[in-house]
Amino acid sequence: MSDRKAELAREFIRMIPHSQALDMRIDEIGEGLAEISMPYDARLIGDPQSGVIHGGAVSALMDTCGGAAVMSHPSAPAGTATIDLRIDYMRPATPGQRITARAECYHITRSVAFVRATAMDADRSRPVAAATGAFTVERPKEKAK
Amino acid sequence: MSRRPPEPVQVIKQRRDAALNALVHGVPYIGFLGIEFDRRGDELTAILPFDEKLIGNPMLPALHGGVTAAFLEVTAIIGLSWTLIWDQMESGDLDPLTLTPQTLPRLPKTIDFTVDYLRSGLPRDAYARARINRSGRRYASVHVEGWQDNRARLYAQATGHFLMPPQNA
Repeated sequence: MSDRKAELAREFIRMIPHSQALDMRIDEIGEGLAEISMPYDARLIGDPQSGVIHGGAVSALMDTCGGAAVMSHPSAPAGTATIDLRIDYMRPATPGQRITARAECYHITRSVAFVRATAMDADRSRPVAAATGAFTVERPKEKAK
Repeated sequence: MSRRPPEPVQVIKQRRDAALNALVHGVPYIGFLGIEFDRRGDELTAILPFDEKLIGNPMLPALHGGVTAAFLEVTAIIGLSWTLIWDQMESGDLDPLTLTPQTLPRLPKTIDFTVDYLRSGLPRDAYARARINRSGRRYASVHVEGWQDNRARLYAQATGHFLMPPQNA
């Protein structure tokens, strides 16, 4: 990641209070692809008996990562919002390990962006969750004709 | 004709509130988001009090989509667990006053969860209710509605499938 791009990416996360609350970090971004991770945190536990992170926190990570992928698409949307997001939980994330989401904006039209994402813990070969979503595409205001 | 007198209302309320309290406050993430539950008989309404850290778009401002997803998922899981606990509690099989996070019944596990974002979440309190459309021995299907100012104007809805915890017996 170039310094300039990395700085913009850090700024993007700093601007989002909830992403900051979860201590998210952009590891990679550009060309409709984004990778964002967050540390394991005892405040995010969803199952007190096993210490596994709540699915909702993984949703927040995947949603942020999906939005970042859309924003980084070469067609340069001015903004985006989630229309729908479906998450499949494949296995519990291992307690204590960082969770990383990787999202790809694989198709974009004038008004809709389609995104696929996966979430992984330290064992990247066995994803923790998979998601598909549709996002709005806000275009910069066109000049009146 | 002799009937057992009904239990005093305070005894019933204390039992039910203790069970709900143990269920909700045993999960750290529910506390992190600040979600509380309002109970009327067996009906639950989830409440997400507004907080600055729930914001996802500071320009609008709007609630984070991930917060909304998490709020609806918590509502579904607690709603499902509550129906399991309710029956055990009312039949006397489970004493809620002895419940701790360690002795609570295991929670259902989310298989998949789909959220529809109908409007942007405004920077104020949100509410949600879960409807269990089907609850079998192994699987359950739950629909959740989320709203803010007007009950009829949903800001989000969700459907999820859940794996039920193993039942003894």
